[in-house]
Amino acid sequence: MRRPIKGLRALALSAPLALAPALSFAAGAVEGGPKQATNWSAISMFVVFVFLTLGITYWAASRTKSAAQFYSAGGGITGFQNGMAIAGDYMSAASFLGISGLVYLSGYDGLIYSVGFLVGWPIVTFLIAEPLRNLGKYTFADVASFRLKQTEIRVLAACGTLVTVAFYLIAQMVGAGALIQILFGLDYWIAVVIVGVLMIVYVTFGGMLATTWVQIIKAVLLLSGATFMALAVLWNFGFSPEALFAKAVQVHPKHDAIMAPGTLVSNPVSAISLGLALIFGTAGLPHILMRFFTVADAQAARKSVFYATGLIGYFYILTFIIGFGAITLVATNPEFLDPAIAAAKGPLAAIKGGSNMAAIHLANAVGGNLFLGFISAVAFATILAVVSGLTLAGASAISHDLYATVFRHGNANEQDEMRVSKISTIFLGILAIILGIVFQKQNVAFMVGLAFCIAASCNFPVLLLSMFWRGLTTRGALIGGFLGLISAVVMVVLSPSVWEVTMGNPKGSAPFPYENPALFSMTIAFVGIWLFSVTDSSARARTDRDGFDAQFVRCQTGIGASGASAH
Amino acid sequence: MATPRYQDIEKNPKYQQLVHERLTFGWTLSIVMLVIYLGFILVIGYAPGLLGARMGDGVMTVGIPVGILVIVSAFVLVGIYVVRANATYDSLIRDIVRESR
Repeated sequence: MRRPIKGLRALALSAPLALAPALSFAAGAVEGGPKQATNWSAISMFVVFVFLTLGITYWAASRTKSAAQFYSAGGGITGFQNGMAIAGDYMSAASFLGISGLVYLSGYDGLIYSVGFLVGWPIVTFLIAEPLRNLGKYTFADVASFRLKQTEIRVLAACGTLVTVAFYLIAQMVGAGALIQILFGLDYWIAVVIVGVLMIVYVTFGGMLATTWVQIIKAVLLLSGATFMALAVLWNFGFSPEALFAKAVQVHPKHDAIMAPGTLVSNPVSAISLGLALIFGTAGLPHILMRFFTVADAQAARKSVFYATGLIGYFYILTFIIGFGAITLVATNPEFLDPAIAAAKGPLAAIKGGSNMAAIHLANAVGGNLFLGFISAVAFATILAVVSGLTLAGASAISHDLYATVFRHGNANEQDEMRVSKISTIFLGILAIILGIVFQKQNVAFMVGLAFCIAASCNFPVLLLSMFWRGLTTRGALIGGFLGLISAVVMVVLSPSVWEVTMGNPKGSAPFPYENPALFSMTIAFVGIWLFSVTDSSARARTDRDGFDAQFVRCQTGIGASGASAH
Repeated sequence: MATPRYQDIEKNPKYQQLVHERLTFGWTLSIVMLVIYLGFILVIGYAPGLLGARMGDGVMTVGIPVGILVIVSAFVLVGIYVVRANATYDSLIRDIVRESR
């Protein structure tokens, strides 16, 4: 499908977001050759993980009888547990393998990318976390529709949620198939089906409680594995970063350039647009926002983001060390290199399976076959945990926002609502399997970037303004929110990564020049919301504005907030 | 317990203090974070040489500690917020809730 090096710029911009390198190697190196031999130590460790998580699901199922327990684990998760789970949601296989792979290829640029992913968290802490917990119950639509007209705003929020979840999910499923094919030696479709079926089981039976614990276990495993790898790398260099960097500069074909910003941020407009998508997209991702309803109160919500920010920041520093470790320990070891490519293009480009495999080969280099199996199993578990969280967010939008509020006008009985959410989970799971198989040969690298962009351009503006701007009206939120959603999708389709790379139009023909349109689509959303709110003189608009004061008092004090039920 | 009227809470000086402190502090820290990050990106975009400059005799460049510092600053800012929020907001909120009963 792609030549591996040509796609480097596009890949550098969108790679760690999705499993783009996984895809480019799936298309190049792997597609042509046989899949890897079945890795039994990896499979057996993954089986242990599956049994452990199924046990937790069984335990969680006995405690998941009410809607509150299904959607928000009854609000009984502690701040620290929730911090781990948020970090787990955020540390996807794409961040782990994609960013360490990007560091392996380009050095410093990988760090620039990590920073963009992290800085959204402080903003979430300062502006979103506590008001969200005080105003909402199960989904962020609860907050956005607090004083606005329920039906319209729930439809908008459900669309924003489902579109975000769908693109995110496709990217994860396709990445999962490609990755597992290489790690475990299983067929692509088997991998996709295993991921789909397990996630249906976790979410349907265990709801938010099981999903949270799967996420926590995976976060512990991933952080332990990554810590071990980073320490092993530093140990090889006598714990001297200077020695590690010196060796990397010596063996990397770009030499000194890997220690300085490279081609990632050649265009400041593009970089700022991407940065905005990452920062404000983080504050609009439905599966992340949902996590704030699993804790008892605003104070616990605040603590959970503190732990999450620390863990995620630590994790990104580890991936940076791991990437440099791979330059020094993988690219210098013929065992991990493809001899034909090494002869033609040098050792760095010759890494078996592509740059996404940098961390995996490094695991083998520092910890042998058993540790390789461990890291492979963790990578699989990571994908599984992330897709479970996404599916739960999607199912909640269908059952809580669309079914209970829009179709039953808030009169749905709880058992019916739960049933709808479980049916939606199964439906989304099967859909994810089908889409994963349909999109196998497509380049889906842009999809996670698009998901962040939609979250930043539709979910985030509506959520933020509903909490802080008295003037927001139903009409403004509805029109502005949909303008943000549609403009984000249209501009991504017209951008080089879809127009040229995916649709095969000639290079340079893309009507929209930047990779990520967030700067523009967010502006459209905010201006649209403002314009259609201030010009709104309907009776509904008066009700919307009049509701602000009471909402703001609850937003600030938490008086009347939905309490924890599982204590 | 009956839900207190929000109009009464709005008149409570402690509530006004809470809202004022929280909004000023939250938005100030948000702007600090955005300035740090956008500053970092703009330096990369317009003056990448600054970050690529070597420190001392080794291969270490200014960019490495600066990048790590941006990551650490995000965590520190959140930490500052949490410490201050735990110390002031929560006791104010408890007082407001008690006084509004």
